[in-house]
Formats: sequence, C-alpha cells, structure tokens
Amino acid sequence: MRIIIVGCGKVGETIISRLVDEGHDIAVVDVDSKVINDVTNSYDVMGVVGNGASYSVLKEAGIEDMDLMIAVTDSDELNLLSCLFAKKAGNCSTIARIRNPEYYSELGFIKEELGLSLTINPEYAAASEIARLLRFPSAIKIDVFARGRVELLQFVIPQGSILDGISLIDLRKKIKAEVLVCAVQRGEQVEIPNGASVLHAGDTISIIAQHNHAKNFFKKIGVETHGVKNTMIVGGGKIAYYLARNLMSHGIDVKIIDNDMTRCAELSDLLPGAIIIGGDGTDHDLLMEEGIDTCESFVTLTGIDEENVFLSLFAQQQNPDAKIVTKTNRNTIDSIIGKFHLGSMIHPKNITAEYILRYVRAMENSIGSNMETLYYIAEDKVEAMEFTVRGDAPVINTPLAELKTKSGVLIAAIIRDGQMFLPGGQSMIEVGDSVIVVTTRQGFSDIRDILQEN
Amino acid sequence: MHYGIVRYVLGLILKIEAALLVLPVLIGLIYREKETIAFVIMAVSCLLVGTLLTIRKPKKLVFYAREGLVIVALSWVIISIFGALPFVINRDIPRFTDALFETISGFTTTGASILLNVEELSHVSLFWRSFTHWVGGMGVIVFMLAILPMAGGYNAQLMRAESPGPSFGKIRPKVRETAAVLYKIYFGMTVAEIIILLISGMHWFDTLCISFGSAGTGGFGVRADSCGSYTLIQQTIITVFITLFGVNFNAYYILLLTKDKKAVFKSEEVRWYLLIIAGAIAAITLNIRSSFESLYLAIHHAAFQVASIITTTGFGTVDFDLWPEFSKGILVLLMFIGACAGSTGGGFKVSRVIILAKSIYRQLIQFIYPRSVSVIKLDGKTADEEIVTGVSTYLATYTFLFLASILLLTVDHRFDLITDFTAVTATFNNIGPGLAAVGPTRNFADMSTLSKYVLMFDMLAGRLELYPILMLFVPRIWKKN
Repeated sequence: MRIIIVGCGKVGETIISRLVDEGHDIAVVDVDSKVINDVTNSYDVMGVVGNGASYSVLKEAGIEDMDLMIAVTDSDELNLLSCLFAKKAGNCSTIARIRNPEYYSELGFIKEELGLSLTINPEYAAASEIARLLRFPSAIKIDVFARGRVELLQFVIPQGSILDGISLIDLRKKIKAEVLVCAVQRGEQVEIPNGASVLHAGDTISIIAQHNHAKNFFKKIGVETHGVKNTMIVGGGKIAYYLARNLMSHGIDVKIIDNDMTRCAELSDLLPGAIIIGGDGTDHDLLMEEGIDTCESFVTLTGIDEENVFLSLFAQQQNPDAKIVTKTNRNTIDSIIGKFHLGSMIHPKNITAEYILRYVRAMENSIGSNMETLYYIAEDKVEAMEFTVRGDAPVINTPLAELKTKSGVLIAAIIRDGQMFLPGGQSMIEVGDSVIVVTTRQGFSDIRDILQEN
Repeated sequence: MHYGIVRYVLGLILKIEAALLVLPVLIGLIYREKETIAFVIMAVSCLLVGTLLTIRKPKKLVFYAREGLVIVALSWVIISIFGALPFVINRDIPRFTDALFETISGFTTTGASILLNVEELSHVSLFWRSFTHWVGGMGVIVFMLAILPMAGGYNAQLMRAESPGPSFGKIRPKVRETAAVLYKIYFGMTVAEIIILLISGMHWFDTLCISFGSAGTGGFGVRADSCGSYTLIQQTIITVFITLFGVNFNAYYILLLTKDKKAVFKSEEVRWYLLIIAGAIAAITLNIRSSFESLYLAIHHAAFQVASIITTTGFGTVDFDLWPEFSKGILVLLMFIGACAGSTGGGFKVSRVIILAKSIYRQLIQFIYPRSVSVIKLDGKTADEEIVTGVSTYLATYTFLFLASILLLTVDHRFDLITDFTAVTATFNNIGPGLAAVGPTRNFADMSTLSKYVLMFDMLAGRLELYPILMLFVPRIWKKN
C-alpha cells in the first residue's frame, strides 16, 4: 500500500519502521530536513521536507496516488488540516493524531465532518491501558479481544508458585480452567509453547482467557486478583489527566504530583476529586511524606524515561507490594531493566503504532476475513491478532488438525456467539467466528496467512 | 568497517559481471571470432569467484555510510580488473596496464583510449569496450539494486554513493523501484537511439556501440575517426541523443510517469544546461564560421562538439584541436562544467555550478549588508546549508586532486603542460579526448605507466564523485570498529 506519513517524531518513526518491515511504499513529510535525512538514511522511504498541510508539498510526496495518510505531528490542528487536504487532493483514507482533550471530547463531530477514517490519541490509549493494569495488578500487560470479552494477560511467574516446573499438559489437569498459555518468554528467548513445554519461575507468560476464567485461574494459582484502591502518579501530563479521570470513575483514589504550579492549578480545575500535590516528584522526602511506602500503586509519567525508571526503582525499594507502572518512550530501556522485574512498562508510541498497523492491515485485506485487533507481546517478538471469519475463507469447516498451518502459528481461541472456547484438534472454524491467532511470524493481514503456501 | 557485507556485495557484483560478459560472447558467435573464448573464460571466472564470495551470507545484512562508500569504490575497481582481463587473454590489448586503462575508461564513461587504431580490434572486444560505457553510465550498483531484492533502508547509502550530484533524492519510495525506474528509462532511450540509427542506415554493429557510447556519455567509437565518417543526419541524431542523456533523469521520470508534467520546467539545472549549450554553440559557430563552407556545417559541427564535451561523452566529428584558441577555450570550460546531476554524464555538474555562482553572489551581497540573512534557492526551494557547504568542499577536494594529478603527470617530462593539463581535465571529468597530444585524433598510448595509473585514479574518482575512492586511502576506514 502507498502511505504518506506527516510528522516524524517518536510515534512517526515507530510507525515507519513497522510499516517498512511490512513492505509498504512510504513517503515521509516533515519540516525538519535533518529528521528527513536521518529517516531516509535508516529506512527505505522517500522523504520530503516541507509543511504537511501544504498542497504543493503533499503533491511532491505523491498524494494523488496514495491510499492512506497518517498525520502524527505535534500539532493537532496541523494533523487535522493535513488530513483534510489529503482527503480532498488524493481521496485517500486518513488517520490523525488528536490529543488535546478539548478536541478529543468533540471527536465524533470532527471525525464525521472531516471524513477521518481513524483518530488516535496515544495518551488516552496509554491511560486506558494503565487503568486496566491497576484494576488487575497481577498482570504486567493486559490486552483485550472481542470488545473486552476476552483478555490477553502477561504476567511473571513468581518464585515458589505452583506453576514453577509444571508442563502445560499437567497444568491443564491440575488447574481446571479455560485458560491457554500462548507465549513464554525466558530471558531473550520467546516461544509459542506446546503441551510438553515446561514453565519456570521468572518466565513471563501470556495467557488468553475470558475475564471470569482468568480471575478463577489466578485464584487457583494463588495470585491476588483484586484491583488497587489508591494510586500515586508522578508527572501531571495528558496521560495523568486521562488516567485520573478513568480511575476516579471506578472509585479509585488518585494523587498526582507535579512541580509545575500552573499545571497543578489546571489539573485541580479539571479533576475536582483528585489530590494534586505541587512539588518535585523526584524528591524522596516529598514522596515519603505523601506515602509512597503505603500506596497500593505507583505510576511514573514524567517526560524523562530515566527519571521514571529511577522513581519506580525507588518505589519498589520502599514498597515492594505496590503495583508499579512505568512509562518510557524508548523501547530500548526495556531490555536493559528487564531483569529488575519492575512491573509494567507502558510505551505510548507502541500503542499508537499497534492501532495504526491494525488499521493498515485491515485496509489491505478484503478476502475471507477482517482483522479486528492486533497486539505485540513479549518485547514485540510475538503478534496476537483477532480475525472475523467470513464465508469464503479457506479455513472454515475443516478440523484444525487437518489444516496445514505454518510453523510458529497458534490458533489460540475461537469466539462464537459471544462465548470463547479453546479449540482442540477436532474443532472447526465456522463463518462468523472470531479467531485469535498468536504467532512469532510477522505481517499477517488475513486469516488465510496462517496456512502454508503450496 | 563490516567486512562480511563488503565481501558479500562484491560477490554479487561479480556474478552480475559474469552475466554481462555473456553479451559480447553472443556478438563473438555471430562474427565467429576466436577472441570470444577469452570472454567465456572470464564469464566463468567471475561466476566462480562471485559464488565463492557469496557462499557464506553475513550474519547481519545491515551496513552504514562507510561500508556503502567502500563497497561502491571497491566494486568499480574489481569490475574494471575483471573486465580488463579478456583483452589481455585474447591479445587484443596485451599489456595489462593498457587493458585496465581502457576498461576503467569504459566503465567510468570516459572514452579515453590507448589504442592506436581501433579498427584493428576484434568485434567482440570492440563491443565489450562500448558495452562497459552502457553499464557504467547508470552504474553497476544501481543495476544490482534494481534487480536484486536486498532488504533494509541501507541501500540508499549505496545508491547515494554511486549517483552523481550534490544531493540524492529518490523518485519512488523504495530504492529498488527508484533504481528500476531509472534503468527502464535508460534502457528505453538506448533502444530508441538504436532503432533511429538503424533507420538512418548505419551498420547494426556500429549502431549498438555508438548507442552504448552515447547513452553512457562514454565516447568510445568503433572507427578511427570516431564519428567523422557517419552521415550528417546520423551525426545530428547522435548530437540530440547525447544531449538528452546529459539531462537529469528525474526530468524524464516527471515527463513520462507522473501527471504533473509542468514540474519539469521548474528544474533550474535543466534550463541552465540547455542555455549553456545554446550559448556555447553560438560562440563557437561565430568563431569557426570561416573554416566551413556553409553556416549550416559550422553550426552542425559546433553543436556536435559542444554536446559531446558538455555531456562528457567525447565523440568527435572533426579535430577540434585545430580550431581557434577561443573555441578551444570554450570547450575546455565546458569540460569542467559537465552535465546535469542525476544524468549519465560526468564533470562538476551544472547544479553545483549554479549553487557556487549563487553563493558567490550571496557573499558579495553580504559585504554590502553584513547582517543580511539569505538562503540559496534551487528550483524555487531552499537548498540546505549543508548542501551549499558540501559543494564548496567538493570544489576544494576537486581542485586539490586536479592539481596533484597534473603535477604527477609532469614528472615524466614526456609532454607539454597543455597536454598534461587537458589529459587530467579529460579523464577527471570523464570526457575522453583533450587537446594537443591527447587531442581528438590522438590517444593516451604514449603516456608513462605512472601517468596512466594517475589517470585511471582520476577517472574512477571523477565518476564516483571523489569521496568513495578517496575513502579507500583513509586508513581508519579499514579498522574493524
């Protein structure tokens, strides 16, 4: 597909790298020639220096032949304008990043009037993900399928757990729960397990289950499942705002620390129920005074990755039982601090990239199925996705044991009439089913991609 | 420096050269010449060595600017060495130095020859000589990028290192498509010239060689008098085509494959290029009018020589060494200007001249208004300050290398300064003939071995725009990290 990307910051570059890997033709527009230089040096894309909302610049980037425009500059207004022009000039689909809460609340109107195909708000999405984690603190990452009916949970097997040293076949016998282990990460290694695979303490495993089954499962293996009652947030940016709003609506107490007094005043105006502390969030005395050692959860949302990591390390030291969520902008930090088991890491730009990729892949395929959701798990080495199967897909009405699937592909779950079940060898995929596929391969866009090519 | 990837890509290049060597074999079969066997031997050797080098794939196919530069420079050296060996094996050019000179001159589209009489050569060797022009014109790396699927955005480094011009812009989002589009245009235009020349009644063998020579803006002919014995119409066809091959290929892309055809007129470089040609033709015509029987003939020969020199082709219809000094002066000037960036031609490039002229003007204005801020525009768009300083540095490097080469050529006391000066000018800018003892009717055979190697270096440096070849002499680049 031919895609034009306006704005090449953190999010822009993540999207470029993913889309290039999937083989799309990409033109990048940015006002900064240095940025364009860098990106054309490291990726096979065409770069155009200029304002993405200028018709002549868009024309130079080839807007007339484009299928999709993704506007992810810093400015919401510029994004909207670029999309509007692209729509008129190239009649392509458009995706805009809109993160100003004022615009975001009027999203329905904006989308309709400007003919946007999709809007993304990385901060809002990140906040939703953090909120999910705080309501289920044992997991380090939670993604949802089938509009929230099915969850994909990642968690680390604690020392002394009954899961330590158990094979998956035994696990099924021992713990009767409708739960499927779909990925196991041990150090750098990631595998999609089979029945003989053995779990160890310290492994990060991903499981797929319906919400109540997951709860049941965690209860049986002796892991806490109730949500947190209060949270402490350092850094009062947009994510903090969305997160506080979300948590308060679920009755969770929120305390936000920010050292910018004007921002604090704004927040207290926007979030009447929250406690806003004006002060330096990196000051340990202040943190102790505000009760870092007793809070049930601690979320670091400052703009500096290193600061967030050190704050989380401090929180873990003071309060080992608290659920800790750390926001970082760079993925590279993950592999460095992975061994500290710091809890959950949140990458707003990855969440955005997932959204967009899901849309791109869904645009690409029209045969047999629709991609509904797409997640990256286990340090982006595994993809989990959900397809809705239509009548002409080549996978229907054949027992799964007889389907010739590629290696590294797992049909994890089938959702039929709102109920999820874990498929066996004799199960068949029927028209209208939602199928969750987990794979170490990349670039699937259609359910037929799971089959071997003949 | 990541040696694995360098070895691997060089292997790929040799495999491609093996395939290219098959073409002269076909010509040899038609003419039933015994010299053909040398090309068969070399095709097989290239394939063998290439396969050996590519047998083990490097772990990482990732590389950066430094590897890109080294790969490009070494590729050109290696294809030249392998491309020279057939001449040595079949005794058409028995001395290795001479064969290498001829082949480098071919690949770099220079067209400077050490042959006393080209008509003595076998057809198969003549064909290969001209075919190297065609391959070198658009570049063998670009060819590789067009046909081999290579992963990664790093390919842009390779293409940048081989494509002439102060800045490199892709015309399609992907390197491979960009390379393929360029080659398609190049191939199409070459075929067009072949067909038109065939219709004009030229012998088919000459047609092929002359078309290759003009497409790559090379300049090897197959007759002793270059293009002098062809009809006026045929010469005019060649004039038109070499002029076209000296135009930035992006212009053809816009004209043929995009909807917005008017954008082509925005190109300042193409405008100046055509203007310079027109001005030079007018000046020379006035200057040489008296020595031709009609005004038409004067214009005709002025046009041919001007087009041939500015595009750095180097064909000739008359011996311009006999022309008045003013005309020769203009031609030497044109040698330095060269063709457009992004064309198959060499030289300093019209776009660089434009940028330099504009920065000189800006400097003058700055003396009047010391605090004035002004940017340099090209095609109506602001040129990066990096590009502007890049051009100045390029000029400095160019001048140093140029002067050093002249000095080295004077060491052997064989020729006068005009000869040495124009010999360097003609090879460094990839033109071919110079003046005096290396004029259009003479050749480089009597140069000393040292001079020949200096000129070979100049040809490679000129074709690859100095830096890739110079990088080979920076010791630091050979360190592992």
